[in-house]
Amino acid sequence: MHIPRQWRTRDQRLSLMGEVCPKCGVKLFPPRDVCPECSGPAKEPFALSGRGAVYSYSTVYHAPEGYESYVPYTVALVRLEEGPMVTAQLTDVDKEQVAIGMPVEMVTRKIAEDGEDGAILYGYKFRPALEAGAAC
Amino acid sequence: MTIMKPSREVGIAGYGAYLPRYRLPGSEVSRVWSEGEDESPVVEKAVAGLDEDAVTMAIEAARNAIARAGIRPQQLRAVWVGSESKPYAVKPSGTIVAQAIGATPNVTAADWEFACKAGTETMQASFALVGSGMGDYALAIGADTAQGRPNDALEYTAASGGAAYVIGPRENSLAYLEGSYSFVSDTPDFYRRAHEHYPRHGGRFTGDPAYFHHVEGAARHLMEELGYTAKDYAQAVLHQPNPKFPARAAKSLGFTPAQIETGLLVGRVGNTYAGSSILGLTAVLDEASPGDRILLVSFGSGAGSDAFSFVVTDLITERRRKAPATATYLARRREVDYAVYARYRNKLLMH
Ligand SMILES: [Zn+2]
Repeated sequence: MHIPRQWRTRDQRLSLMGEVCPKCGVKLFPPRDVCPECSGPAKEPFALSGRGAVYSYSTVYHAPEGYESYVPYTVALVRLEEGPMVTAQLTDVDKEQVAIGMPVEMVTRKIAEDGEDGAILYGYKFRPALEAGAAC
Repeated sequence: MTIMKPSREVGIAGYGAYLPRYRLPGSEVSRVWSEGEDESPVVEKAVAGLDEDAVTMAIEAARNAIARAGIRPQQLRAVWVGSESKPYAVKPSGTIVAQAIGATPNVTAADWEFACKAGTETMQASFALVGSGMGDYALAIGADTAQGRPNDALEYTAASGGAAYVIGPRENSLAYLEGSYSFVSDTPDFYRRAHEHYPRHGGRFTGDPAYFHHVEGAARHLMEELGYTAKDYAQAVLHQPNPKFPARAAKSLGFTPAQIETGLLVGRVGNTYAGSSILGLTAVLDEASPGDRILLVSFGSGAGSDAFSFVVTDLITERRRKAPATATYLARRREVDYAVYARYRNKLLMH
């Protein structure tokens, strides 16, 4: 990802910042400024909770350039609590543990590195949800 | 008086821990370098995964601290990250963390450095910022992915992890500050020159003139000026580079083994450097009762200690439930062998 695009998308990438339609309340991710339901303008920022469940997944063994050092990794379609579907890497999980419906939560991790001397791209991934409060 | 206390009463509004999922047993290091002859000082240490660094660990600890404090990230006036393993030599970790937690742009953000004491340096500064009235909340973080040279004694313990604290006014604190004290001297016990990957240390020299002199000196002085002895404390947390040092220092300060047990995590996580003592404090706060008095003493090579005396308030009971307990991170555990560890910690020559 080129640096200007990294910079432009930093809030959605680092913290799952989406949008909400002021008319019908639909949550949008990624932000696209137009409501898919009512076609009205939807530019109001909305911080998604990051909680969701695995809808579908696949394990990647041959990664595109910049991602090679992380193979094998699992990519999932995650249905967020607020509705939107997000494609993202899963992390902190063995591929055998991944299952459809598995509760996950967003974490911010390294996504790619532009070599040893280049920029580090940070962004959202999902991992098995940890419980708050009492120790498990 | 040489202890410090701001004119406005301050304390900890929220705290958060972070430990990565992977563990390298000490027996693996011993197997590779001594055919199992050398005894590891720890059972295992926490190891960052491939997609983790001091910034990502700081972000998660920070989110936990903010969840417990119950504040909006926009209320923060400082985001300060203490670390010796900054991903960038030039480019602040603080801005990445501040952006990720939603604290930008009305905030100061910076990185702090003082070996293993960088985390408590950010706390001292946060108490000063809130105590002076410059802002109501500041975020103090210590996080490291410490690297030990292969076949060095520190390879058993150099670990990854961190903790974050939302510092705020006393009336919104789950533990308020009674006073703090900092104690430093120029001591060449451990250092890493610019552009070097691994640190050097003074071997046996790291004990008496460095760790014990500063930790015990800071703790004694703070307790004396506050008029307390070890008996006044429910728990004490000392910097923990290995299990022996904090045990010996605690004993010499008059603490019983039970008084340091809750926060002594080093045997299971290793030395998380800037995260070490403040991660221990998260485990103590997870189990503390209102009214408990807690002593926190860090140590950083170079060298120095920060000592803090806290009293837990009624807010602890409600707030600790709002983020994962440190024990949850301890229990989330996947063992790796030395080969996988070498890959995860970037010790393999790829080009
Ligand atoms: Zn709409």
